[in-house]
Amino acid sequence: MKLEGKKRIWDDYQKEIADNNYYFQRSCIRQNFFPGSEHAFLKILKNELGKDICDDEHHTTCTGIGYHADVVLFETIMTVVARHFALMTEKGYENMIISCVTSFGIYTEILETWKHFPDVLKKVRQHLKKATGREFEIPKNIAHASDIIFKFREEIAARAKYRLINRNTGEPLKIVEHIGCHYSKMFPVHGVGGAEFPYVLQGMVESWGGQIIDYPERRHCCGFGFRQYLVKANRGYSVANSKKKFESMKPYKPDMIVCNCPGCTMFMDKWQYTISEMEGKTYDENGFGIPVLTYEEMAGLVLGYNPWELGLQMHEVQSEPLLDKMGVAYHPDEKYKDAAGNYLGEPAFPTNLKVCV
Amino acid sequence: MTKKVAIIGGGIAGMEAASVLSRMDIEVLLIEKRQQLGGHVGEWDHLFPNFRPASEITRSLLNALQNNNIKICANTVVTGIARKAGLFEVKTNQNQNFKVDGILLATGFDLFDAHKKEEYGYGIYENVITSADLEKKLKGGNVLTTASGCVPKRIAMIHCVGSRDEKAGYFHCSRVCCITAVKQAIEIRQKLPNVEIFCFYMDLRMYGKGFEEIYREAQEKWGIQFVRGRLSEAGENIDGGLQIKSEDTLSGRPLKMIVDMIVLMVGMVPAESTSQMAKMLGIHLSGDGFIAHDDVHFGSNITNVPGIFTAGTITSPMTISDTIADARSAALKICEYIA
Repeated sequence: MKLEGKKRIWDDYQKEIADNNYYFQRSCIRQNFFPGSEHAFLKILKNELGKDICDDEHHTTCTGIGYHADVVLFETIMTVVARHFALMTEKGYENMIISCVTSFGIYTEILETWKHFPDVLKKVRQHLKKATGREFEIPKNIAHASDIIFKFREEIAARAKYRLINRNTGEPLKIVEHIGCHYSKMFPVHGVGGAEFPYVLQGMVESWGGQIIDYPERRHCCGFGFRQYLVKANRGYSVANSKKKFESMKPYKPDMIVCNCPGCTMFMDKWQYTISEMEGKTYDENGFGIPVLTYEEMAGLVLGYNPWELGLQMHEVQSEPLLDKMGVAYHPDEKYKDAAGNYLGEPAFPTNLKVCV
Repeated sequence: MTKKVAIIGGGIAGMEAASVLSRMDIEVLLIEKRQQLGGHVGEWDHLFPNFRPASEITRSLLNALQNNNIKICANTVVTGIARKAGLFEVKTNQNQNFKVDGILLATGFDLFDAHKKEEYGYGIYENVITSADLEKKLKGGNVLTTASGCVPKRIAMIHCVGSRDEKAGYFHCSRVCCITAVKQAIEIRQKLPNVEIFCFYMDLRMYGKGFEEIYREAQEKWGIQFVRGRLSEAGENIDGGLQIKSEDTLSGRPLKMIVDMIVLMVGMVPAESTSQMAKMLGIHLSGDGFIAHDDVHFGSNITNVPGIFTAGTITSPMTISDTIADARSAALKICEYIA
């Protein structure tokens, strides 16, 4: 593997990322399954980096899941997105951050459509005006939330309390990155580093001391694929995709998987439990599975945030082995308490996937 | 008074045209940007369809240039061409200034830059090479090895890299890659009888004399396997092996295999200098970026600018045989023009 070859590609795929004053578009899946991620993102931007970011309670889902399941029409989703642009415009912002990779793909697809078909844009403006009375400006800059963390990765590194280094061996942690199909496979030009050898997560990992693993099925879809999991009978396809990736990465003995996309984070995490129940198989040496983190969770650990405040206990694969490798301080007895210190009760334990107790 | 022609490009087309024109008592300036004449053929080891050493071709052409009517300007780049009083004034980076009656453009082609097919990992995975790299490796009778010095056991040859590829921006067929893959696959098997070779193709275009015969020989005598399917991606294994994914479209099945080496059959694309030259001279390009002929049937070698002619792969991909024939035809056309 020649790093200079990758660098050559990364040079071709640089994108402009706004420096400040953002309107934040949240993710449906992340709010539900990894609620600590967006919380950490806002905390990092506001408290660590001092950025102005608008977290608006008035925006809705982008309807992307319905769109990709063919129950929401393109005209409908374009109008929903236009409403979000209108909210951004009304709040006085010009730069949009999108938390979800599916949404990011949809926004870029819609903007590309409007660029090539101005009549469609005109019609969407009419639809939005008719339905809501709102008008909108197209954002000057659109970035995925990971683009922002990538942009400020060195500032985060400068504040790091922990690094992505195994404190027992002094070696960099071996990390698998997975950017998600809709981040840059649709429009490579909109992704940091392009689609084939993306740099957005790798850049963070490198800046924070870790080492990326390049394994043969790195580009393969996690299996989220909307119809594969929305239709229960198809879920075997979804598991099979994730399994293919786990089998391919296993020889490299990864310490962690970091994901860009809400769906990928969910399935790379939860299917490890499913496979362990179906086949009794886990993908780390000690039977705990490979922890799957979002990039904000990874950034939060580096910055020394409480892992339970980051919501790592909400994951199927538990992260204590990773925390121990990094040397992160944590209180096991606070794992199942809410922010007010109330005991929430422990979840049922898996049959085969080990969990620290 | 002796007529003069400037030939820009010292590949095989320029060399052949120079020797033909010189034998017609026309003075020729053969301008080549590199030190050596011979162009891409000079970089090749053996040629299809008869496995003849490429050096035989360049040597033969060089011998024919031993003529007092030919002046070779190596390491020379044309910086300007202007038309004055019925003549062309050619300026070079060597501060030369030539007045000639006609110009023959023979600047050839560039090899497709395989880095552009990012999913194949050229320049990133050590055991992904191009057909041109393979020729260099085979030159001088060297044994083919992987980056780690091992003898490969399984090799995939990928056809149409940068040809007939909308994503890469080139719709045209490069015409020589299919037969080059067959030739190279046989050469590898001759040197390494135990290696397995798989050629991944879209169509096999064996149109030339002797092509179909060696394609059959490749299968029947050398056991080379041809899989109708395009490569979707390559990835590197922990041991440096390459995992490739494709589809065998004849059996309708997805295919995944591990190989030790991938050879990308890179296509012929318009030379970078062609568009610069065309812009400078006001010459029309066709949609594929090569120089256009106004009449597809009768217009070969003729450009839209009177007095400026073409020879060889500056107008489209060609085999060596076709390039030589085209160069002879160009010499005839330019001779008619300046007579």
